[in-house]
Amino acid sequence: MPTTQRRVEDVALLGVRHHGPGSARAVAAALAQYRPDTVLIEGPPEADALLELAAHQDMVPPVALLAHVVDDPARAAFWPFAAFSPEWVALRHALDHGVPVRFIDLPAAHGFAREREEEPEAPGIDPIGELARAAGHDDPEQWWDDAVEHRSADDADALGPFRGIAEAMAELRPPGSEPSGAHEARREAFMRRQIRAARRAGHQRIAVVCGAWHVPALAARPPVAADDALLKGLPKAKVELTWVPWTHRRLSQHTGYGAGIASPGWYQHLFESTDRGTVRWMTKVAALLRAEDHSVSSAHVIEAVRLAETLAAMRGRPLPGLAESTDAVRAVMCEGSDVPLALVQDLMVVGDRMGQVPDEAPTVPLQRDLTRLQRSLRLKPEPGERDLDLDLRKDTDAARSRLLHRLSLLDIPWGRAAASRTGSTGTFRESWRLVWEPELAIKVAEAGIWGTTVESAATGRARDLAAHSGSLGEVTALAEGCLLADLPDALPTVLQALADRAALDADVAHLAEALPALVRSLRYGDVRGTDATALRELAEGLAVRICIGLPPACNSLDAEGAGAMAGHLGSTHAAVALLTDSDADDLRRRWSATLRTLAERDTIAGLLRGRAARLLLDDNQWDAAEAARQMRLTLSPVTPPAEAAGWIEGFLAGGGMLLVHDTRLLGLVDDWLTSVPDAAFPDVLPLLRRTFSGFEPGVRRTIADRIRSGTKAADTPSDDRPGFAPDLDPLRAAKARKTATLLLGLSHAQPGGARNCAANHPPTEVRS
Amino acid sequence: MSVSAVPPVEAPAEEALRPHAETAYAAELAALAAADDRPRPARWLLSPWAVATYLLGGTLPDGTVVTPKYVGPRRIVEVAVTTLATDRALLLLGVPGTAKTWVSEHLAAAVSGDSTLLVQGTAGTPEEAVRYGWNYARLLAEGPSRGALVPSPVMRAMAEGRTARVEELTRIPADVQDSLITILSEKTLPIPELGEEVQAVRGFNLIATANDRDRGVNELSSALRRRFNTVVLPLPASLEEEVDIVSRRVGELGRSLDLPAVPSGSAEIRRVVTVFRELRDGVTADGRTKVKSPSGSLSTAEAISVVTSGLALAAHFGDGVLRPADVASGLLGAVVRDPAADRLVWQEYLESVVRERDDWKDFYRSCREAAQR
Repeated sequence: MPTTQRRVEDVALLGVRHHGPGSARAVAAALAQYRPDTVLIEGPPEADALLELAAHQDMVPPVALLAHVVDDPARAAFWPFAAFSPEWVALRHALDHGVPVRFIDLPAAHGFAREREEEPEAPGIDPIGELARAAGHDDPEQWWDDAVEHRSADDADALGPFRGIAEAMAELRPPGSEPSGAHEARREAFMRRQIRAARRAGHQRIAVVCGAWHVPALAARPPVAADDALLKGLPKAKVELTWVPWTHRRLSQHTGYGAGIASPGWYQHLFESTDRGTVRWMTKVAALLRAEDHSVSSAHVIEAVRLAETLAAMRGRPLPGLAESTDAVRAVMCEGSDVPLALVQDLMVVGDRMGQVPDEAPTVPLQRDLTRLQRSLRLKPEPGERDLDLDLRKDTDAARSRLLHRLSLLDIPWGRAAASRTGSTGTFRESWRLVWEPELAIKVAEAGIWGTTVESAATGRARDLAAHSGSLGEVTALAEGCLLADLPDALPTVLQALADRAALDADVAHLAEALPALVRSLRYGDVRGTDATALRELAEGLAVRICIGLPPACNSLDAEGAGAMAGHLGSTHAAVALLTDSDADDLRRRWSATLRTLAERDTIAGLLRGRAARLLLDDNQWDAAEAARQMRLTLSPVTPPAEAAGWIEGFLAGGGMLLVHDTRLLGLVDDWLTSVPDAAFPDVLPLLRRTFSGFEPGVRRTIADRIRSGTKAADTPSDDRPGFAPDLDPLRAAKARKTATLLLGLSHAQPGGARNCAANHPPTEVRS
Repeated sequence: MSVSAVPPVEAPAEEALRPHAETAYAAELAALAAADDRPRPARWLLSPWAVATYLLGGTLPDGTVVTPKYVGPRRIVEVAVTTLATDRALLLLGVPGTAKTWVSEHLAAAVSGDSTLLVQGTAGTPEEAVRYGWNYARLLAEGPSRGALVPSPVMRAMAEGRTARVEELTRIPADVQDSLITILSEKTLPIPELGEEVQAVRGFNLIATANDRDRGVNELSSALRRRFNTVVLPLPASLEEEVDIVSRRVGELGRSLDLPAVPSGSAEIRRVVTVFRELRDGVTADGRTKVKSPSGSLSTAEAISVVTSGLALAAHFGDGVLRPADVASGLLGAVVRDPAADRLVWQEYLESVVRERDDWKDFYRSCREAAQR
């Protein structure tokens, strides 16, 4: 190609693979040999002012250039750089040698403006994939590794490999063929224009570092007018740029430099280790596995290296690549198992390295978005404590609540939930205590990694937490947080994580702990008008799992365990009641059946059986006669007294009013108590004391009165409502009715109302 | 038991019920050897590349079609062959029905041309089966001598530089397993009675197979494990593949057991395989819901037996068509190995996964009934 000759004179076009460690090494060697007097890099030119910071001592890659639209921080783009990125190597070379360096891609300003106006373009062809196919490789990554990355850069002519790449790319893009889209064409026209400008500025030795695909286009020299025509009248958005810290994990995602890389940790290793790469890698893997208590000896390392190298030879590759190394680690060090291998994959192949950015870098857009929100919601960041009561029915207050919840998710504890000053317990009220500490600004900067706006950052963080949090309880709390913070985009991920944890958690107690929070979330969802169908399905699934797992889990519990389980029983009961609309609901029936199983199974601790019996009675699943029958069965002399006392504790945990109203039950308790043998009484006493001391003084007094007046008298077979007269007393009912009418706000009570609204009936009767 | 000085009487290949791999595929092996121009390790009949091609199948330059012996990830075969080439011993792990023995036989046939140097591991495998025994008549007549010594298949493989095979390594008692350690690390087998030793010549290697889900077997000591490269043979990768394997094997079994012919009931087979796969993988087929996995191995072999017994039920007691009720009790038995924990897992699976599927109603009902019985 004629351009080749000319290029060697004044412009060296270094076509690279973004984030390719081999490219990076080749670029370093080429620059050292070529000694350019200016370096031009594919990247957003708005960043030119920030490039100096790359040489700052506090700048540690991986970092990313973040560009965002000034008045709309949600529209942002990232250009990540790892230590092994060729662009980073070129940038550092220029800065370290005092050579002027510039970014020459189409300004990000045009890119953002285009996004708004044009349809996204169809993805162009994958140049590396084409070349790999031509060479008979089905995996483009592997081909590039073999052809370029694994080639050590000690050839006499460091520019040689790049000439080879240029020629190969020229084959793929014969002269005259159009780039894959108008945007691509504009980018290349702009880059050409920048190269021309550099030449005009008198530079003699210009090095251009760009994606390999662009090399033929930059080598070609179409008329200046053609490029100008392409670049005329481009729309522009106002953008700002800054450096943000980046992580290896995020490098594996799709970003501004095209597709992400699957194995940043491996690439880092390739870039850092100049010799005996396989040996060093295996040694590091062995150290990692040893730290995780896998027995891996040096002999394992030796054998793994041998296997990897033989595999590579068999597959016809010059050096073991990631695939060979992984196969060898699996077969030799992990005994064929994928479980320890997943660890290697996560911690080494991807890695959790995190970058660092000097303080001098401009503020992150998240801070700006926060400032904007603070202004529009009239919430000033003040160092002093300030209490804030929010009424979520108002739009502003709801938005404030969302902001505070989102900040909590981002670990920016500006507001903390406080007890309400008004003492209101409605779900539409929230109370916060706000303190703006100066350290929070740092936290905002740190949170900038998650996104450019408070909402997107909170969403990103919630997703990450969902993937990494361990216990079911944590994920449930997170789901609740997502609903409170109104993050619909994060919710599916979080709910999926929640469903996964719930499915795998074998401990019913954990499930029972999670359920109430979920149901609470459902109610918040109702208040805030979020779509909670998925959440409801999840909660119902959880409840079914609890129904299945509860009876076996309640077997053979000690006193402490039974106490904890009794708490779960109560909270699950409440949750199921909230979750279901009617008694006919399938879930409600299933739960009742579970309770019945618990109440009637002898192997279950008395406390739990009593609790279950009480819940059944309260729920009208059992009538008073059935409850009395069960109580009589339990309190019969064959039951050990301690067990019976436990039953009573469980049964009466909901309050003693029941005994006041139902003298039959009181009589049973009384009979049993008097029949407890003297020897057993001291054992039973603490339980009874715990039970009865929990009652309100008035209830205790009433019970004592009733006992004193004799319980037997009222317990006549004809009396189906023990403790009450057989007929309604119209005079007393009328009084109660009047109050009830007032309370319910009915000015004209229906004539039949009084009969249904018998206020002095025991609570179970009112509901029936 | 198993040690005999005399090689087994060879049946003519065409009359053998099941000819050895090297006999059955002699033509392919010969064609591969002719076409193979890559370097071969000492005493290998083929290069590692050709061995991999023999197992995975392909077409040679001269037009010979090599049938695939193993259908599965290419990586697995490559690692296995390479392991043999690095003179490390190879351990093939996998649940029953993942073709461990099949792969080991074909590897030995392709590498050494001989798949018969075999030690079948059982709880009663003696040390003589791994090292050497004595012909007692000659021992008494001549005293200890090489002539009175009966070499084990492993010893012969060492002396001849061939590939020995050990089946079901984890069933062999631990003390017998340990006699492999010297063989694999020192590559020698001392014979103290004669004051001699047998040194392995180049080309010797050993392929062992073991079942990685069985409980109550002799776990390998870490010293022995260290001598092996481990390759886990995976279960069939896709539902289709597994349904295919199960249907085929069920058909074969049905014929050999002379079960009355029953319409194949492919829908039920698909359901059984789906249940097995979902419980085994811990995630539903659509990948959306996680489920707990029971303690049993739920291998393809067990799915085959569930369907076979279901077919027997349908043929002898049912209406001749494989119905959900016929497989339900078999499924319950296969899944619930641990009465407490697995029953919960099964119930949860029924309630949270099976119940939600509209076209699985009858299946759900049958399974519930079976579970309550």
